[in-house]
Amino acid sequence: MKINYKYQFIALSVILLLCFFVNISLGSISIPMDSIFGSLFGTIENSTWEVIVTDFRLPKAITAILVGSGLGISGLLMQTLFRNPLAGPFVLGISSGASLGVALVILGSGLFGSLFATALISKWSIVIAASLGSFLVLLAVLAVSNKVRDTMAILIIGLMFGSITAAVVSVLSYFSSAEQLQQYIFWGFGSLSNLSWDELLIFFGIYLIGLILSIASIKGLNSLLLGDNYAKSLGLNLKQSRLIIILATSLIAGTITAFAGPIAFIGLAIPHLTRQIFKTSNHKVLLPAVFLYGAIVILICDSIAQIPGSDYTLPINAITALVGAPVVIWLLVRQRKMMF
Amino acid sequence: MKTVYRVVFVSKKSQNIILKAEQLSIGYKTKKAETVVASNINFELQQGQLIGLVGANGIGKSTLLRTLIKVQPALSGTILLDDKDLKSTSTTDLAKQLSIVLTEQLTSKNLSVYELVALGRHPYTNWIGNLTDKDISIINSSLKQVNIFDLKDKRCYELSDGQLQKVMIARALAQDTDVIVLDEPTTHLDMYHKAYILKLLQKLTKETGKTILFSSHEIDLAIQLCDTMIVMRKDDVVCGQPCQLISKGVFESLFPEDLILFDDKSGSFRIKK
Repeated sequence: MKINYKYQFIALSVILLLCFFVNISLGSISIPMDSIFGSLFGTIENSTWEVIVTDFRLPKAITAILVGSGLGISGLLMQTLFRNPLAGPFVLGISSGASLGVALVILGSGLFGSLFATALISKWSIVIAASLGSFLVLLAVLAVSNKVRDTMAILIIGLMFGSITAAVVSVLSYFSSAEQLQQYIFWGFGSLSNLSWDELLIFFGIYLIGLILSIASIKGLNSLLLGDNYAKSLGLNLKQSRLIIILATSLIAGTITAFAGPIAFIGLAIPHLTRQIFKTSNHKVLLPAVFLYGAIVILICDSIAQIPGSDYTLPINAITALVGAPVVIWLLVRQRKMMF
Repeated sequence: MKTVYRVVFVSKKSQNIILKAEQLSIGYKTKKAETVVASNINFELQQGQLIGLVGANGIGKSTLLRTLIKVQPALSGTILLDDKDLKSTSTTDLAKQLSIVLTEQLTSKNLSVYELVALGRHPYTNWIGNLTDKDISIINSSLKQVNIFDLKDKRCYELSDGQLQKVMIARALAQDTDVIVLDEPTTHLDMYHKAYILKLLQKLTKETGKTILFSSHEIDLAIQLCDTMIVMRKDDVVCGQPCQLISKGVFESLFPEDLILFDDKSGSFRIKK
């Protein structure tokens, strides 16, 4: 009969809430727990602590949840669409497109002359460049995917776009100064902080559209588990669902990359971690589970990146892989089976 | 006063003909060239029958089935499914008329048997695929019809090839269509399970009144079990009852005659001595 995952969902939700508060309570300045709750619920006002909590730590924690859940979900969509356990949200060349955009702005600013350089490299110009870059690569992939019938071919085309942009980035970095390179590399580290509430609102809006598209694709994703021909025989409009799934992934992964940088690993690993607990391929269970899982894992990673009790913040991109990869290896070795 | 005469053609037979091919030509089309695999195919399939499609390797059995289930377009000619042209049938409508069991591997075997059979209800469920009481009872009866009800909580990767084939048949049954098309359902199975699957298909046609069309290399089993057989040969496609086909000598010319011969007394092939 239908296996009920109610307890797992309740447990994960509680853990998520816990991680959320732990994440907020950690930082370079230690704030006592009661003041944190006071700031969150508005009982303490006009203190520095309140500003730190509401303007820095809260947006960061929310960004983390959006990033973790979003990358996990887009990874899940891609793995099912491409029938490939190695697929992640960036297989379509989304992150390379974003990297190219950012590289053009940061590294290429020298080419536009020093006058524009300072004007170009602002927070928003990087966000816009990253979105534009991933959007253009997405358009190219969509145009090709409408012509190509084979889903595997789209995967390879995405990888090819990645190679092209990587090559362009190398050429650009060869001609740029050390300072520019450093800035580009820092973007590549990924960062969950520095998002204002306004930016967060835009981020959340686009994320929500992607999320709704993903939820609408659940039924199609389930029939894709049988293979393309079976899915079609079940009345699925293959072209249309493929388009919606790719669009959802691009919106989610594209905005995440634009606002938080190319965060690796989460998108690939979270669906696999989830399948270890929720032993099913049914997307009606997997999608919410991946949402919770992704958010929890990235909150933990971010808390570690803070290095509790010190002033340093490590790059989130390194921590996700450093902490996550051994866990995935351990799980797979223990289970001796890759479930997909 | 004028009398208007109306001429109405009524074919008595067409009432229970479910699938019909007229002057069908199948093959592959690219921008430059057209590769015809087989042409001039004509047959009429009666509702509630078990139909076997046989022929040598590479003769176009799979191409014909793929054309009949609308995975690839016909080069010319028409296919009528329930008196409607297949070309003008939408994918959503087709999903309620015709279900398939293919040779291709499942993308994911991490589904339980129940979940997989439940996917057969997709054409009828709402946008997120919630199962109604009616869906659940159809799924359960499909599982029982192929005797796999006690397997329902197993994962697909735990099943043997024979069990998996039964699960795929149950999924097609759950789709609740008039026609089920199976592409070589007996490959990878041992002799017992080959007979078991084909016997099961025969039982299903009798019990449910569904039309089941399958392709197979088990010609001797098909001769014994099928109501109708479609035989694809190099030059033509013949359709008829197995005993008629035997007396016409259709099976003798199925394969090159240097190795095996058809023995019409036993209805099977023998090695040439």
